[in-house]
Amino acid sequence: MAARPKGLTRLTLVVLLALAATGAAQQGAAAPKRIVSLVPALTEMLFAFGAGPQVVGVSSYDDFPPEVKSLPRVGALLDPDMERILSLRPDFVITYGSQTDVQTQLARAKIRAFSYRHAGLDSVLSTIRNLGTSVGRARESERLARDIQGRLDATRARVAKLRPLRTLLVFERDPASLRGVYASGGYGFMHDILGVAGGTDMFDDVSRESVQPSVETILARAPEVILEVRPMGVAKADIEKERHAWDALPSVPAVRNGRVYIATDEYLVVPGPRVAQAAEAIARILHPEAFR
Amino acid sequence: MSTLDSTVAVGASALTRPVRVRLALAVGGFGALAVATCLLAPLVGSTTISLARVFDRSIPFSENVDAQIFFIARMPRVLAGAVTGATLAAAGVVFQAMLRNPLATPFTLGVSAGASLGAMTAIIFGTAIAVGPLSIVPLASLLGAGLAAAIVYWLATLRDRAMSTTVLLLAGVTLNAFFSALILFLQYLTNFAEVYRAMRWIMGDLDVGSFQPILAVLPLVAIAFAMFALLPSSLNLLSVGSDAAAARGVNVARTQRLAFVSASLATAAAVSLAGPIGFIGIIVPHLVRLLVGVDHRVVLPASALFGAAFLVACDVGSRTILAPLEVPVGVITALLGGPFFLWLLVRKG
Repeated sequence: MAARPKGLTRLTLVVLLALAATGAAQQGAAAPKRIVSLVPALTEMLFAFGAGPQVVGVSSYDDFPPEVKSLPRVGALLDPDMERILSLRPDFVITYGSQTDVQTQLARAKIRAFSYRHAGLDSVLSTIRNLGTSVGRARESERLARDIQGRLDATRARVAKLRPLRTLLVFERDPASLRGVYASGGYGFMHDILGVAGGTDMFDDVSRESVQPSVETILARAPEVILEVRPMGVAKADIEKERHAWDALPSVPAVRNGRVYIATDEYLVVPGPRVAQAAEAIARILHPEAFR
Repeated sequence: MSTLDSTVAVGASALTRPVRVRLALAVGGFGALAVATCLLAPLVGSTTISLARVFDRSIPFSENVDAQIFFIARMPRVLAGAVTGATLAAAGVVFQAMLRNPLATPFTLGVSAGASLGAMTAIIFGTAIAVGPLSIVPLASLLGAGLAAAIVYWLATLRDRAMSTTVLLLAGVTLNAFFSALILFLQYLTNFAEVYRAMRWIMGDLDVGSFQPILAVLPLVAIAFAMFALLPSSLNLLSVGSDAAAARGVNVARTQRLAFVSASLATAAAVSLAGPIGFIGIIVPHLVRLLVGVDHRVVLPASALFGAAFLVACDVGSRTILAPLEVPVGVITALLGGPFFLWLLVRKG
């Protein structure tokens, strides 16, 4: 009686090992040769750790690094073009977590899918590592992640002794008015980058990625710095004019002390390999004295 | 004031007091409610402020946070709520009477969809264009509303000088659907940030941040209300039927045009100020009718006053319930207004 379960266990073990071995062999053997990425931040990661030559298609919002500009476009988050994706004969497709339809279709087509969702700064680094491992660039991606971590730590160290500034980090608002303000809430990579750069998010206590504060809340919370990060919302020529929209709230310390900034560089809002660069740029805005 | 009007009004309502008395009672009651709401609302908010500090002249305004919260954040907001609420409620009364349809709202004839399309277009394509101190968004929504109203007006008067309510309704419903499709298409073409802002605009928002946006629409609102003042007696007869009204000496075509233009203008102004805030334009007029009867000479001013009080009160909820987050005011008007209206309906029945 006792022999049968033992035999079963052994059999199960053998089967499992065999499966694991084929799985491992498959994974090892299948460093993808044709990658399609629907997520711009992850496209950047691929190029940053040297998997650029494997990329055969990108999303319609990709524009960095410059190499992607000549690659075929396959739609984006809301409008992925499955036909175009399949026509590129990919063996690895990077999807956003919510694109479950795409993932199902890819599974049916027996194409490996990598699922990703935006989260905090930690997840940028872990995604670099996971993605690197999945596309056969484990060592290079590890080096990249460490390099980014090192640069983030360096920025953090530079501002460590300075008092963190209470900052209102604005993503969007209506032109020339203070209506429709979207600001950073208590989590997300932008919130984390602000922390590295020596700022305290004004909405640290609100556990959401973004907040729509009323004028009253902004007045009451009195930010010391207002930093608008709006690559899409503001043309360079309008920065000065848009800064003055805040003059309507003269009691806010940031307004009183001329500490309202509008940054329009695209890389500041991409949760990819340039996060360290973004953290340093924001630290330079918040604490210029630390970089003299 | 002709005896004929009074007969119609009294015949339809259970109330038998003379119209002057009822008007005085209604305006007094709802007026007191509106004034009380507008006076109390600025005292409440997501933060606590000291009234003593607000009016303390020894602190310069540029450093007085409490005064700024009171005068820059709360007062314009309350005023925007009062103007929008009064305007949408009055426009609702006029549309319901003119279309002889209890389900009509200020948004039935496509004016709000036109306004939304205008606002969307501005949000998506017109980033950073400003006209003087005003943002392009309200201006574009005003233009969109005007375009929608013009199309509906043209269609409804194409064959006949008197407007056909059937054509009006069908044209309005079709235009609503058509503009909604255009809005969806625009949203589909654009990126997230804009889609999100556009969605938020549709939910309605009274946080105007200064008196300027209110002052900008006030002339339009004033013109609309001046036109409203000419309407009540004719609307009383028109709501019985256009033939009956014509038989009693009402210039039906002229009244319809006046009603359509004034209510569209009012709606356009309100929507460009605060976005398409729903439910006010249907619930407030019905509530008021349940309380004061159907005579438009009483219903119209009472609805405007009650609409102001109702929206200002809803906005107090919007800014305090989840503070520092806000609940879109349109969500509150629907959540409060719907059940309350049903309760009154059942109780009355």
